[in-house]
Amino acid sequence: MKKKIDLKAAYAISDNVVSREVHGEFVIVPITSEAGNSGEEIYSLNETGKAIWDKLDGKKKLQKIIGDLAKEFKADITAVENDTIGLLEELLKRKMIIKAKKA
Amino acid sequence: MPNEKGFLKKAPMSAFFKNTQKTRLTKLEIELTERCNNACIHCYINLPANDKKSKKKEISTRRIKSILKESVELGCIEVLLTGGEPLLRKDFEEIYLFAKRQGLYVSVFTNATLITSKLAKTFKKFPPKAIQITIYGMSKETYGEVTGKPRLFDDAMRGVKLLQKYNVPFTVKAALLPPFKKDIKKFEKWAKTLPAMNDVPDYCMFYVLRSNRDNEAKNELIKKLRVPLKSGLKMFSRKEHFKKLWKEYCGEYIGPPGEKLFSCGTGVTDGSIDAYGKLRMCIYLRHPEMVYDLKKGSLQDAYTNFFPKIRKIKAKNKLYLERCAKCFLKGLCEQCPAKSWAEYGTLDTPVEYFCIIAHDMAQYLGLIKKGEKAWEVKNWKSRIKKFAGNKKGANNEKKDRLKSSVCNFR
Repeated sequence: MKKKIDLKAAYAISDNVVSREVHGEFVIVPITSEAGNSGEEIYSLNETGKAIWDKLDGKKKLQKIIGDLAKEFKADITAVENDTIGLLEELLKRKMIIKAKKA
Repeated sequence: MPNEKGFLKKAPMSAFFKNTQKTRLTKLEIELTERCNNACIHCYINLPANDKKSKKKEISTRRIKSILKESVELGCIEVLLTGGEPLLRKDFEEIYLFAKRQGLYVSVFTNATLITSKLAKTFKKFPPKAIQITIYGMSKETYGEVTGKPRLFDDAMRGVKLLQKYNVPFTVKAALLPPFKKDIKKFEKWAKTLPAMNDVPDYCMFYVLRSNRDNEAKNELIKKLRVPLKSGLKMFSRKEHFKKLWKEYCGEYIGPPGEKLFSCGTGVTDGSIDAYGKLRMCIYLRHPEMVYDLKKGSLQDAYTNFFPKIRKIKAKNKLYLERCAKCFLKGLCEQCPAKSWAEYGTLDTPVEYFCIIAHDMAQYLGLIKKGEKAWEVKNWKSRIKKFAGNKKGANNEKKDRLKSSVCNFR
């Protein structure tokens, strides 16, 4: 089931995962059983996904992040919002990110 | 923003094991110690658990961490913590968690005797890629005959039960040794009940000699314990897809190596660090001139400069050049510089035992006829083609699976 994403909240990378580069690709490695670590899988993020991931600092509200991304990529804000929410829903479902307590 | 969907892609770990001409470290084995609380009759490495001299020389926690960090910078994906018995080190858990937090996939080889509730809980929360436990007997009596430590049987079983209690998956294997034979049925019946075991267990049987060349008497004993291929095949051939696997493997990997000493991929994408911080291309290769001292250099330097030079070394031994260099069973045969070093103290002496095993295996697979010497076979290409078909060109994931499956038969 998809988790609801709050545009007014901030999100942070959870302790369940480690992100790193492997031979030029940006990957997310689940390290705890909570993140569904089967010991065999790696998640890779493409360039756009990484741009979103890098902004999840637990402080900046998602709304602000979407605005920044739209400027950075000179893209339509609604499209950016849809894409970002889509990715965050996936990440939240896999417990790879958490909703920060205070934005 | 580019119109990109599917930002997040799930992929098997092996998808990142890329074959390339460039140096790409992907797998590292670390022998945390050469010491072991067991004293198995067939073991190629073990020193007593209380060996003070060895313990004092062991690589420090700090140094291991810095090596792990560097390995991650070089793109390493997977690390195996082994020994000796790796759990003898007080800092095992610290090293394990550090490796996990670097984003490495971590496997552990252990005898399970030192697994505690705390460690089992850690494995549950931070799952390893794999835990492989070697079981030396299904009774105190057998366990004692193999390991010299009958009282550790209860400890091993307690360790296993702790992993089961916390639902930590593990696989088991055994060594096909004379004392163990009476326990095989019981062992396999039990192994079948373990969730991670989806085939009959693997057995060690073609034992390698002490790779440190430190105990002649022990080497003589190991030679006597080695299993003939016929008995090995009885065990192997029960494995699912046994022949299919060998067909695929032979299609990819066998053929005459020529005069180059290193015809396997060792030292390109993988490597092994000993208990004292020396890096080797493979876990068995301990020839002093073939090891790189990480205290004086770096992984980067070893993989960029040192190992490539070693990989260019050519064989000089006349018999090797007449036989092994021309033998199309290379790949099927375990002859390699590491085994030659362990047996004879040279890098290029043909190891008779492995030659016999390889020829017997080739005969079983139908690659040669009885009495034929594989290095004299002229039409080897057509024989491989007839046996395996035109198989060259498997993807990296499949190649990785083939290599590890075949290793499990050895």
